[in-house]
Amino acid sequence: MRVPLSWLKDYVDITIPISELAERLTLAGLEVETIQYIGQPEAELPWDPKRVVVGEIRAVHFHPNADRLVLAEVDYGGAERETVVAGPPSLLDLRGQEDVHLKVAFAMEGTSLYDGYAEGWQIKTLKQATIRGVSSRCMVCSEKELGLADRHGDIIYLPEDAPVGAPLVEYLGDAVLEFDIKGPFGHVLSVFGVAREVAALLNVPLRRDALQVLDRHPSDLTPAPDFLTLEIADPDLCPRYSAALIQGIEVGSSPFWMQMRLRRAGMRPINNIVDVTNYVMLELGQPLHAFDYYILRAKPGEDRPAIIVRRAQPGEQMETLDGTLRTFDGEMLLITDGGGPVAVAGVMGGLESEVTEDTTDVLLESANFDFISVRRTSRLLGLASDASQRFGRRVDPELTVKAAARAAHLMAGLAGGSVVPVVGDVYPGQQPQRVIPFDPAYATRILGVQVPTEEMARILTSLEFQVQPATDPETDLPIFQVTVPSHRQDVERPVDLVEEVGRIWGYDRFPTTLMRDELPPQRTNHRLEGAERVRDLLVGCGLNEIITYSLVNLEDEGKLRLGGPASDPDDYLHVLNPLSAERDVLRQTLLPSALHTVRDNLRFVDRVFLFEIGAVYLPVRGQTLPDELRRLCIVMTGPREARSWMAGQDRALVDFYDLKGVVEALLAGLKLDGAFEPGTHPALHPGRCARVSVAGRGVGVMGELHPLVRDGFDLPAQSVCVLEFDLDGLLFDWGVSYRMAPLSVHPPVYEDLAVVVEEDVPAVRVHDLIAQTGGALVRSVVLFDVYRGAQVGGGKKSLAYRLTYQADDRTLTDREVAKLRGKIVRRLEREVGATLRS
Amino acid sequence: MLDQLNRLEGEALAALETVKESDALAEWDRSYLGKKGALTLLLRAVGDLPKEERPAFGRAANEAKVRLEAAYEARAEALRREEMVRELEQGTLDVTLPGRPAGPGHLHITTQTLRRIYAIFAEMGFQVYESPEVETDEMNFGLLNMPPHHPARDMWDTFWVSDEALLRTHTSPGQMRAMREYCPEPIRVILPGKCYRYEQITARSEHQFYQVEGLAVGRNITMADLITTLTEFARRYYGAERRVRIRGSYFPFTEPSIEVDVDCILCEGQGCRVCKYSGWLEIAGAGMVHPVVLQNGGYDPDVWSGFAFGPGVERPAMLKHSIDDIRLFYGNDLRFLRQF
Repeated sequence: MRVPLSWLKDYVDITIPISELAERLTLAGLEVETIQYIGQPEAELPWDPKRVVVGEIRAVHFHPNADRLVLAEVDYGGAERETVVAGPPSLLDLRGQEDVHLKVAFAMEGTSLYDGYAEGWQIKTLKQATIRGVSSRCMVCSEKELGLADRHGDIIYLPEDAPVGAPLVEYLGDAVLEFDIKGPFGHVLSVFGVAREVAALLNVPLRRDALQVLDRHPSDLTPAPDFLTLEIADPDLCPRYSAALIQGIEVGSSPFWMQMRLRRAGMRPINNIVDVTNYVMLELGQPLHAFDYYILRAKPGEDRPAIIVRRAQPGEQMETLDGTLRTFDGEMLLITDGGGPVAVAGVMGGLESEVTEDTTDVLLESANFDFISVRRTSRLLGLASDASQRFGRRVDPELTVKAAARAAHLMAGLAGGSVVPVVGDVYPGQQPQRVIPFDPAYATRILGVQVPTEEMARILTSLEFQVQPATDPETDLPIFQVTVPSHRQDVERPVDLVEEVGRIWGYDRFPTTLMRDELPPQRTNHRLEGAERVRDLLVGCGLNEIITYSLVNLEDEGKLRLGGPASDPDDYLHVLNPLSAERDVLRQTLLPSALHTVRDNLRFVDRVFLFEIGAVYLPVRGQTLPDELRRLCIVMTGPREARSWMAGQDRALVDFYDLKGVVEALLAGLKLDGAFEPGTHPALHPGRCARVSVAGRGVGVMGELHPLVRDGFDLPAQSVCVLEFDLDGLLFDWGVSYRMAPLSVHPPVYEDLAVVVEEDVPAVRVHDLIAQTGGALVRSVVLFDVYRGAQVGGGKKSLAYRLTYQADDRTLTDREVAKLRGKIVRRLEREVGATLRS
Repeated sequence: MLDQLNRLEGEALAALETVKESDALAEWDRSYLGKKGALTLLLRAVGDLPKEERPAFGRAANEAKVRLEAAYEARAEALRREEMVRELEQGTLDVTLPGRPAGPGHLHITTQTLRRIYAIFAEMGFQVYESPEVETDEMNFGLLNMPPHHPARDMWDTFWVSDEALLRTHTSPGQMRAMREYCPEPIRVILPGKCYRYEQITARSEHQFYQVEGLAVGRNITMADLITTLTEFARRYYGAERRVRIRGSYFPFTEPSIEVDVDCILCEGQGCRVCKYSGWLEIAGAGMVHPVVLQNGGYDPDVWSGFAFGPGVERPAMLKHSIDDIRLFYGNDLRFLRQF
């Protein structure tokens, strides 16, 4: 919303600098986004008060050498008139006239102006020039040259009362405040509404003349005026409908000052009737609509036009002012006459009943509509207007007749004609005044600052609340009874009044206080801590964390189901209004997005080691909300070590065991014991896939990507190691405390043990047998070699372990170690058919 | 024999002078002091002397041995030093060569930002409370004082998954869940998480983003407390020298409502493109929990009061690191992520 300062000053005196005013308004909740200065010193093009002035063309002469130019003799308040060369078509017909009185914007040599003929905004300095043989050092300006309009048109003609010689900046300069108003606050969506706030903030009086036209021109308010049949068939959507009649007008242009204000407020002038409706809407916040009275039809059997406010019949149609044929549903509210729809209530008028050049009598609608209904209609029709935006944020129903009177008399003043002193007014939705008991102590309790009671009363009064001292019936303490003015549709309860006090008092004046409330019980958050621990461990393993979109598409998820049944769309949660088909379901696995991330990154880097922790969303039958389970996903691909100049670097591609090393580090860091078993997964290499479990609970799969899945995600032909774990399953036991293992001071004994077993004996089986048999005295069992070949025979493998023997309480003797070793070897022979390799 | 001893000592000492490296020193040691060394052999010959000469010779020989051993030690020490000096001279590295690649990966910048926010609020007693991303209409809007068709719903463009369920547009529904879980205890929590808005993805807006809602409920919680808490946060996060501005605003679930600005960290409040020439950057919406919302959470507004606030997560990080495109956050380009 744009509010010209010059307009604001009609209602309230402003004595502080505009920037300070903007700041005060912003702090009070009326956010001023920008201030646009026009002609003033802060403007991009300030108008030099000495060199840009009001001038008056007194004579227009032929240019001796040019048909399309004139010589204009201008009085600018100096000792002598100045003759300038000018070229506006509007002056050509006046050539030869000696007794001209045209007020113009006059610029003198040396001042800066925008170049009227250049693209965009280029500032140039006005210099003496000889144009077709005639010297000229001043000029009469167009709007573009002064920065008032972006097109170079005719020169500006100022009103007759413009004082010759006065600095133009005083006459035409301004500042326009551009507001971003949040919330359903129809009461500030007008110049007067802002003025009311300014008056409260600056503690200055408010001039209310514009609202008091009815007092000066008393009218008869009646539901049955003799010029109109007025009916509200659906009062739930139309609390009030008022209509005034202005007769004998002549449609023409509105005056300069009104056009200037409308344009500065962001509206295009059209004609004096439409401009007045817009002007009063901007001024008071009441949307208005002007019908051509003689186009409105009567009901059958009646001789005067009718206005019937009713819901549309489903499928009913009308062409709106913007020339579009609209079709309505049965919940949309229409303004109809005796023959059919003439306007979409609160949104836009119809083309047929629009005011035209031929209109002589205007029926002026000033109504109030249900804000939810207007919002709905506007949204469904895809039609937002200045009216619908105001009605959609609640308009004061008391305003209809005041605004109608204001507009009717402005019309009569500007377009001739007379206002019928009868206003049609049907008001089925009249509400009782709201009275709210307001305890100043409550305000203090919420705000935490002691605003003096009398200051609270002053603030509320200045915002037009009526404040009466009263007594709380329960506590017998003094409170206020606050009557809410009708324009404050948003104020319903005491806390709303607290806000008024707080924001006008000023949040910048609040003291610094620490919460003095008791500290709530503090709880350990295993869920969060566990996830953060996982992140830290994985980052420690050299992985980078990613966060991808939760919204994915089914096709991607399907690529993981190699050969299996396609994803069933019914198993997924769909977004009903997706931004694109690319992202229309909530994911059930993190893998596809991670694989896309890998592919994208491989264009720029050769090693991509990454992980993500995030939710998947599994719909549950009979449940409104899905289960949200946290998953961990890891993808690793590329050379094991980053390229460097060192000898002996490991540039082999990472494989299953690199990923397993990360998992082992993760489990160790979480103090969890994991188990790995051969597994299968449709997306994974059948021989390189493991199911992982912790404490007997499956937590997920890991492995190398199946080559066909790899192709499906456009990944290069190299091993891509992936993992997806159920994070909550993984962390199920996390956070359980554990005891430290004692540190022995006795020397360890190291011994190597190599055994030959059948190929199908899993290494972990051998390891576990050694560890179990060795018991407490075998401190570690490290596999350091795996050999297959002629020396051990086909179908067999040799596994070589380094064992560390150690006791806490003594130095082990060679005999003890030999005995234990013998026991281990016998067990291995017995259980897995191992033979000792010598 | 004594002469022989003196000669031998002189010869040995002279030979020692010429020893330049440890191998030669060992050779010297063997040839004079070793088992078959000259001095050892000479000492063994003591039996050939007359009995009365033996003590004097033995003493002299032992003294000579001690001297030679001392000389040997001295020489050995000198050689060690020389060798060390040689080693130091030859061991010079080109310190400008790159180091052996090592080191951890990187936490996502969002995680890092969240952790900073957690840490700052933890010191003020706020604990993390997580709540679902897919929410009911009632939790996301209705119980937050936005019944169906409430105009304030327009403030959030929403992804719907059914008539009743949606992707949460803010972390505020977590307020309701926390209140309903903890009532009648006082509350001090922050609610981090992913939120979603039906917005076209551009450099300035994403359809998925993070927020950290804060909620305090107690018997004496005030607007002044809220302002102090957020000022504290702003200074801790953006720097102690930052100025903070509190202005009135509107949210349906808070009353009174405010917005918190810090002076623009890019232009120091002078006005630039990022702050739209206002000199201020909005960092959070906030306010006192609306009585209707308190009531919906189970708290009697006549006894309890509360405040809530909702800073973003990406925006502070963008400002801090001059990131000009929010799409970088969830584009996951490692060249971006590794910078943090």
